[in-house]
Amino acid sequence: MPPDDVAHITPTAQDSCRSCWLAVPGLLWMILFFLVPLLLVLAISFASRGTYGGIVWEFTWANYLDLLHPLYGKILVQSLCYATVTTAICFLLGFPLAYVIARSPARWQPVLLLLVMLPFWTNFLVRTYAWMILLRHDGLANHLLLALGLITEPLELLYTPTAVVIGLVYGYLPFMVLPLYVAVERLDPVLVEAAWDLYASRWAVLTRVVVPLTMPGIVGGCILVFIPSIGSFITPDLLGGARSMMIGNLIQHEYLVVRDWPLGSAVSFVLMGIVMAAVVLYYRRATPGDGPLEGR
Amino acid sequence: MAIFSTSPLITSGHSVSSPAPTIDIRAIVRNHGSVAAVDHVSFQVQRGEFFSILGPSGAGKTSVLRIVAGFEDPDAGDVLIDGRSMLGVPPNRRPVNLVFQSYALFPHLTVFENVAFGLKMRRVPASLIDEHVRQALTMVKLVGKEGRKPAQLSGGEQQRVALARALVNKPAVVLLDEPLAALDQQLRQAMQVELKSIQEQAGLTCVCVTHHQEEAMMMSDRIAVMHQGRMWQVGTPREVYENPRTLFVSRFLGVSNELPGRVGEAVEGAHLFQPADDLVPGFPVRIGPEVSAGRPATWSLRPEQLRMSRERPATQDPVLPGVLEKVLFAGSETKYLVRVGRDRLWEARTSGAMQLPYTSGDPVFLHWALGDGRVFFE
Repeated sequence: MPPDDVAHITPTAQDSCRSCWLAVPGLLWMILFFLVPLLLVLAISFASRGTYGGIVWEFTWANYLDLLHPLYGKILVQSLCYATVTTAICFLLGFPLAYVIARSPARWQPVLLLLVMLPFWTNFLVRTYAWMILLRHDGLANHLLLALGLITEPLELLYTPTAVVIGLVYGYLPFMVLPLYVAVERLDPVLVEAAWDLYASRWAVLTRVVVPLTMPGIVGGCILVFIPSIGSFITPDLLGGARSMMIGNLIQHEYLVVRDWPLGSAVSFVLMGIVMAAVVLYYRRATPGDGPLEGR
Repeated sequence: MAIFSTSPLITSGHSVSSPAPTIDIRAIVRNHGSVAAVDHVSFQVQRGEFFSILGPSGAGKTSVLRIVAGFEDPDAGDVLIDGRSMLGVPPNRRPVNLVFQSYALFPHLTVFENVAFGLKMRRVPASLIDEHVRQALTMVKLVGKEGRKPAQLSGGEQQRVALARALVNKPAVVLLDEPLAALDQQLRQAMQVELKSIQEQAGLTCVCVTHHQEEAMMMSDRIAVMHQGRMWQVGTPREVYENPRTLFVSRFLGVSNELPGRVGEAVEGAHLFQPADDLVPGFPVRIGPEVSAGRPATWSLRPEQLRMSRERPATQDPVLPGVLEKVLFAGSETKYLVRVGRDRLWEARTSGAMQLPYTSGDPVFLHWALGDGRVFFE
């Protein structure tokens, strides 16, 4: 490639703005239905709760100060743990899966990807209920384990942190697989051969070549799994029981049960802050200086 | 050192007098489905030798290279490197390095890190890595570009990095897969010379796969011509060019002016060749003593051996009449396409300075030295 070809992707300012108006409908939609409600929630988070659950428009930091209570801290840490564990398991399961799909014959790839996305054809709530049936005391999982002789007593699976993680991993694994598939698909197999030819063991090929070069997909997948995991409330609500409360449940609880909208709003904003901090951290990790993201 | 072999190629015969070869390929077979991509290929490469496998795409030459590198296993046969069988040895344990056609530079690593990769994987101490990488980069003239990423290099520079990344490991053999194919014509010619000089300077043993006959002839000590999974001829560039053993080898190594026909009676130490085209008169050819008359054959001659004149030359050499169809001025030389008989266009050449005052449509006489023409039996 001649040197002047290197920077050909950067369009001039004029070029990039000629089709700006195409973004107007989407932008309007986002302003009306995302930005405005978001600002409303922000406003509410600084108001206080009326006696009967209404909103009293008096500015106060009280809601945020309330969140310093150890109980909320515990829920927050718990949520972070669930999301982190879920993301890690999704990565460990998703990476080999994505690799196999991306390296399978071209005519099989659409079918395999379809199979990965197949669960989305059914409502998430219904699928989570299905997990309740599988995991309960006399459920399919216990029957299977008993029949195989792996256990003698039925396990308590439902309403445990394990059940929550199983549900979360099940729910968000496709979000990990898809970006990883794209990244692996773009990885030239010749680079793997080159590393192998240059005395790299299989492990070294993985850590020195495959992982660095698929980092954009890894970061993308982790973010896509981490964000919905940390904010999820259906899964911990149905599979986790009372002890497995996550930050999403807290928000739901404050809004719908306690009817303390200001506190619920404050929790929402704290969650947003955490997610954004996590995303920034991920990106920093993935792109030390001019990392693979820039190199592509 | 006997570096060319004229023994039958299908067998795994060894030259007894030569020292132990660096690479000894013994009758390897590689089947892709029901097709033999590599069909009992045997050859040996001596230390410091530049050996090219030349053939059209699909000839199986890349399969041979991949088998030597360890990416594919042969279905039969053996691969010996420095006397050791490589069967079952994975690529990362073989003392060979491959320069990929697409270079396969690691895009996330700098030039320095790319070149250092192999040494690092073999756990060479950092101070030595530094020294070796610097030496290799000096050899390929890339000093000062250590910190660049591959995307910031030109095609020629990427090629040099790929070469340095292989030779820095001082492998027993450097394998080159169409090393210059991705470069444009001018750069390719410059790199041919440079690659050859680096190879000689570093004393590298190279096995190069290419479909480019000129490239193979300019760089190689020996060439193996491969076609349909088999090696048809192995020899020095001159040997293969001037004494092709089959019509395919003759055609693949350069333009060949041909005439189908059959070999007739013996006349004065030669045989009469009777062209199939009855407009072309018979002419004498020289063939081996074992040939019986009447066999169908194709006669062939290189363009540079063909001479052209306006008058019938007073010579004992074979002469054929023809009509000049086209004069093609190509800068350093001029090509003349001459119609012989009904439908044969032959090519004759003169160097640019001595362009002859011919124009299209001129009747001409073509002649050549009796010994230059070659006869191939079907």
